[in-house]
Amino acid sequence: MLDKIGIAKRIAQELKDRYFVNLGIGIPTLVANYIPKGIAVEFQSENGVLGMGPFPFEGEEDADIINAGKQTITTLPGASFFDSALSFGMIRGQHVDLTILGAMEVAENGDIANWKIPGKMVKGMGGAMDLVASAENIIVAMMHVNKAGESKILKKCSLPLTGVGCVKKVVTELAVLEITPKGFKLLERAPGVSVEHIIASTEAELIIEGEIPEMVID
Amino acid sequence: MINKKVNNVQDALQGIENGMTIMLGGFGLCGIPENSIAELVKKETKDLTCISNNAGVDDFGLGLLLHKRQIKKMISSYVGENVEFERQMLSGELEVELIPQGTLAERCRAAQAGIPAFFTPAGYGTEVANGKETREFNGKMHVMEQAFKADFAIVKAWKGDTAGNLIFKGTARNFNPCMSGAAKITVAEVEELVEAGTLDPNQIHIPGIFVQRIFQGEKYEKRIEQRTVRQKK
Repeated sequence: MLDKIGIAKRIAQELKDRYFVNLGIGIPTLVANYIPKGIAVEFQSENGVLGMGPFPFEGEEDADIINAGKQTITTLPGASFFDSALSFGMIRGQHVDLTILGAMEVAENGDIANWKIPGKMVKGMGGAMDLVASAENIIVAMMHVNKAGESKILKKCSLPLTGVGCVKKVVTELAVLEITPKGFKLLERAPGVSVEHIIASTEAELIIEGEIPEMVID
Repeated sequence: MINKKVNNVQDALQGIENGMTIMLGGFGLCGIPENSIAELVKKETKDLTCISNNAGVDDFGLGLLLHKRQIKKMISSYVGENVEFERQMLSGELEVELIPQGTLAERCRAAQAGIPAFFTPAGYGTEVANGKETREFNGKMHVMEQAFKADFAIVKAWKGDTAGNLIFKGTARNFNPCMSGAAKITVAEVEELVEAGTLDPNQIHIPGIFVQRIFQGEKYEKRIEQRTVRQKK
């Protein structure tokens, strides 16, 4: 079974040379720490920066340079700043190649719910609806089951949707799943996790073809 | 040169009345018009509808106006950092309209650019699209969204000149350029106000035509919401 860092490391393997990538808050943010060697990627943050670097050294924080999580950041050579309309132009215009974000639920038709739980304080969707409606390639980083032990990989989302038919791949602590026209296809299982365990933890039907390889994580 | 300079924040905010709709720039606490917000608190202007990506924190930013119950309605994309906000929202004292962040930015830009409405894929198939016209373009469904209508836009820039030209710094740019010229009157507060002719016209982010009043803010606290650092090796 993977921890959050393991999920981030596995997703980092999906990064390709010359990709522009938008990382959501939480596990997706960790992906930036595990970029495969020998490739160049740039991270976009929707509040208006491309070419985001690591957190600043203590004493070098700049209140005017933050990411979408409102954390102080630095920029790398080649970075640029821009306004919010241009930032979402980049996103809706599909200039950003890959979006990695968290979710509360994902359904077998690619629907995603990640912004609202009825009856609870709603904080808002931020940029998530624009991102999922626009990106050609969306990978969800999430835990397979919720705190009550219920599957978050579903036939149909029960929570209010963030976007419809948009998720392409899901990486959890148990498995890598691809969303195909026929539903979730099990691609890989986490180290030490059996196919039976994954089936038992998943409400949706899984397409399982042949031997399912174990993920290779450094 | 058409002079846009006003002497102080009081003059800059003249004409803001109870019940008006105001756009305010900023992302979190980054690039917010601190001096204008402080003055609105002093003026005790009430029943405001505020269009702003976020709603500040309890004791800073728009949280200061919320605390004094000066805001009737918030139009934002994310409002999570504020206990008083949550209380007013759950008790029904505060009306809240949550809209996707890119749609928020584009509704500002559309108002600035004289585009009454536009189609976006964001929110299609979600409750955000309820009651709105939808249409298919290139095999994909889109939702029609309309330009905002606001009485005042209050933006914050790094540098400005007496002609109203603005230059922003870092990610403090965010919604500020989109809101400039997107309301009947745009007020810009800047950290440094210089004489027209001092700034290089090649470096201007927002031309002065979009700004009616400009002043230099008395002080900037520039509070950091999430101070994150790494250790030196």
